Amino acid sequence: MLGQGFVSAASIAASVLFILSLGGLSNQEKAKRAVWYGIVGMAVAVFFTAFGPGIGGYWWMVPMMIIGAAIGAYVAKKVDMTEMPQLVAALHSFVGLAAVFVGWNADLERRRVLATQLAESSTEGFSAFAALVATKNPAELMFLQIEVVLGVFIGAVTFTGSVIAFGKLAGKVDGKPRQLPGGHLLNAGAAALSLLLAILYLSGAGFWTLLLMSLLAFFIGYHLIMGIGGADMPVVVSMLNSYSGWAAAAIGFTLSNDLLIVTGALVGSSGAILSYIMCKAMNRNFVNVILGGFGGSQGPAAEIEGEQVSIDAGGVASALNDADSVIIVPGYGMAVAQAQNAVSELTRKLRSAGKNVRFGIHPVAGRLPGHMNVLLAEARVPYDIVLEMDEINDDFPETDVVIVIGSNDIVNPAAQEDPNSPIAGMPVLKVWEAKQVFVCKRGQGTGYSGIENPLFFKENTRMFYGDARKSIDDLLPLVD
Amino acid sequence: MKIGAPKELAKGEARVALTPDSARFIQKLGHDCLIESGAGAAAGFDDDAYRSAGVTVVDGAEALWTQAEVVIKVREPEEAEAERLREGQTLISFFWPAQNEALLEKCRAQGATVVAMDMVPRISRAQKMDVLSSMANIAGYRAVIEAGNNFGRFFTGQVTAAGKVPPAKVLVVGAGVAGLSAIGTATSLGAVVRAFDVRPEVAEQIESMGAEFLFLDFDESQDGAESGGYAAPSSPEFREKQLECFREQAPDVDIVITTALIPGRPAPKLWLEDMVEAMKPGSVIVDLAAEKGGNCDLTKPDEKVVTDNGVTVVGYTDYPSRMATQASLLYATNLRHMLTDLTPEKDGKIVHDMEDDVIRGSTVTHAGEITFPPPPPKVKAIAAAKPKPKEKEPTPEEKRAAEHAAFKAQTKRQVGLLGVGGALMLLLGQVAPVSFMQHFIVFALACFVGFQVIWGVSHSLHTPLMAVTNAISSIIILGAILQIGSGSFLVVLLSAISVLIASINIVGGFQVTRRMLAMFQKS
Repeated sequence: MLGQGFVSAASIAASVLFILSLGGLSNQEKAKRAVWYGIVGMAVAVFFTAFGPGIGGYWWMVPMMIIGAAIGAYVAKKVDMTEMPQLVAALHSFVGLAAVFVGWNADLERRRVLATQLAESSTEGFSAFAALVATKNPAELMFLQIEVVLGVFIGAVTFTGSVIAFGKLAGKVDGKPRQLPGGHLLNAGAAALSLLLAILYLSGAGFWTLLLMSLLAFFIGYHLIMGIGGADMPVVVSMLNSYSGWAAAAIGFTLSNDLLIVTGALVGSSGAILSYIMCKAMNRNFVNVILGGFGGSQGPAAEIEGEQVSIDAGGVASALNDADSVIIVPGYGMAVAQAQNAVSELTRKLRSAGKNVRFGIHPVAGRLPGHMNVLLAEARVPYDIVLEMDEINDDFPETDVVIVIGSNDIVNPAAQEDPNSPIAGMPVLKVWEAKQVFVCKRGQGTGYSGIENPLFFKENTRMFYGDARKSIDDLLPLVD
Repeated sequence: MKIGAPKELAKGEARVALTPDSARFIQKLGHDCLIESGAGAAAGFDDDAYRSAGVTVVDGAEALWTQAEVVIKVREPEEAEAERLREGQTLISFFWPAQNEALLEKCRAQGATVVAMDMVPRISRAQKMDVLSSMANIAGYRAVIEAGNNFGRFFTGQVTAAGKVPPAKVLVVGAGVAGLSAIGTATSLGAVVRAFDVRPEVAEQIESMGAEFLFLDFDESQDGAESGGYAAPSSPEFREKQLECFREQAPDVDIVITTALIPGRPAPKLWLEDMVEAMKPGSVIVDLAAEKGGNCDLTKPDEKVVTDNGVTVVGYTDYPSRMATQASLLYATNLRHMLTDLTPEKDGKIVHDMEDDVIRGSTVTHAGEITFPPPPPKVKAIAAAKPKPKEKEPTPEEKRAAEHAAFKAQTKRQVGLLGVGGALMLLLGQVAPVSFMQHFIVFALACFVGFQVIWGVSHSLHTPLMAVTNAISSIIILGAILQIGSGSFLVVLLSAISVLIASINIVGGFQVTRRMLAMFQKS
């Protein structure tokens, strides 16, 4: 058994390692080292806590860890890069569920300790957490209950929310926003009821209040995320990421464990910042995204004049052969069609012909923050030609050809030109300023948000209809 | 349909309307191609080349005009050729209907449909048939070559062991298609190029080709969009200013290429006698407007003259024909695109759709009637240039004041937030136990560190960031570990499940992050 001093030292070391790990993600090369900081930090934290004072139950703990680790390693090895969004969502749900269980346990232990203390028998026999609870005074126990409520509530919302997000991203649940009759009133009602139950619980009611509140929180998580559409998933996933952190922090307070608090706060703020970045990229505020639906349009959208002109692979190829600079703007459609390898091959061919090929990535392209970067990296597109919106937006006027693959709203000029558009003011990639734009798209639909895209009607735009992967594959032999 | 190209009759015309390449495409439309024997010889395509492309070679113009249902030509028809037109026959060629009214009437009387390639409207869709542009492109290129031929020095500046050579200075007047092409050719030969145009909106195009735009500061500048992208006559004051600018340039430049034309008018005189006199001996002027009287006072159409002070003035009018192979290839391609539009079903049947802007615009006689001039096209050629709004530069004082105000507002907000936050902490401190506050300090500091650190994360690594924070958030496993040694079975069970799922998360999260990061590689 290691002493408390060891455990505290380990906590400090682990906290520092986690901070270094997150900070190291500032660039691609450092990141490869940073992830090891995280792994070592976690190993240190788990090892020293597990062999710290007053810990038992190794017959349960060790096998569970081994089984869990095996499952985790298997899943991480097998998962496709295009399935990354749903994997991340699924993993969030585990943290949420664990937080709920740990919270319940904390309360069960508290009750057990209190019962023993009332019976005025000795608390000497308690092990682990119960021993800690036994030393607390009534005010501290009160706070412990508040912390339990917070931890359990956030954890429960995270759990069901992540499960639904997983379902939506994996296509197992319909991606469209869907709510039970009553809409957000239902959520508000459930939240009010939870608050009532929480107050009851704090004033000494039984375990059932906590249990019931958890069920209500489960419902809120489910219903909230059901009401949010597929394209807002980047915000949802980062929000759930944030919640899982806050849940861990709340549990840390409950257990008086600083390492949990620090780590939870780090994760919580990371998710919060990601949500903020995503919302800013859509020019919408957080509440608007979470409550779902586009709002705030003050009049009819501008009429679009002109027609969509289609083009075949031969036309696109000859334009590409003539071009000196090419920018590719991928979106969720590329991920759906699994076209990233074909796109990478096209990039390689064009680059070996001496053309300047770059990628323009909008912050909310795809279903996860940074989704496109990961897909392109998987397909071996070098990361230094994959640029952010702000880095590349001024270069469009000097670009000969832009290929838009499966993205729609993020290249919609209406966001800049039409003040009545539902997405007015959203920063977009100004592809229409290029000499020629080819839009690779399945058909003439309006895409997720149902907003007409005047880009498709512009004179320098040609529509290259068809499945993205097939279209690019057709293009490849024609490009020299 | 049988599509036939006769030999051009005009003197010195070396181009041909059908090339083996274009014939292959036309056959794909379901047409048959005929060519008069020897028609392509001057452009470098012999009869065998046509035969191998599946074209029937016909002896004699007479036979060709009788067999062909559609006759494609380069130049407008000669008198004798117009005689041969018959009812139902279609002629596609340059025609200049505004200048050739008698010929137009003659063709109408013969009952033929005439499509004038020079009348194709200037809309985006019709660019592929824009013969004026493709011929002007050649003229611009050739103008530079002719200039170089008559110029005694290098274009490019060089420092050699045998001494230093200054670069040639070229002035291009008029930045239409020909002017831009001349600019491009001259810059790629290494000359220092300046260019002038009355339409300020072409400045960007001039600069994109690598030349310097001579800017005239004059209010009454033209908007080319009004006249379909062409120049219009300018006011006397403007002209004066323009000539003054040229007078300044004259002693400095070595080569002048003038391309200024105004549709339907004689070419404006822009390079006057005194400017020629001011030029250095050995300088060259190439006047692309020679056919319309020339931009230079001393231009003699179709001739090269050398002035008394040793300036060569080139006034050729047949630049495209001087590059007959290239010109024929481009012209034949433009013409083939026209045929593609005329054969919408690709079944070898010509459908003369008078509702179509392009076909309507270029058809000058049809069904026994003269259809020139055409109504204005439904689609406007070029978007009107928007006047550039002038933004007022804020003075340094205003800037400083604005910065100061912003700073003040920010300070106020921060102090306000800190005040409110502090008050809340104080309140919390009143009720919360000491142990809680100690943890709370740690929590607040960790949030701050988190905010500072995360802003530095690269956008492209947001997915790995989520995966890694997800792995780290399974630190919740510590909670379960702390509880698993409990005496209560329920607690042990719940803890055990928590340990299990958190372990999945730890290993899965880190593993997947490593996989992702390994994929990011530099080019």
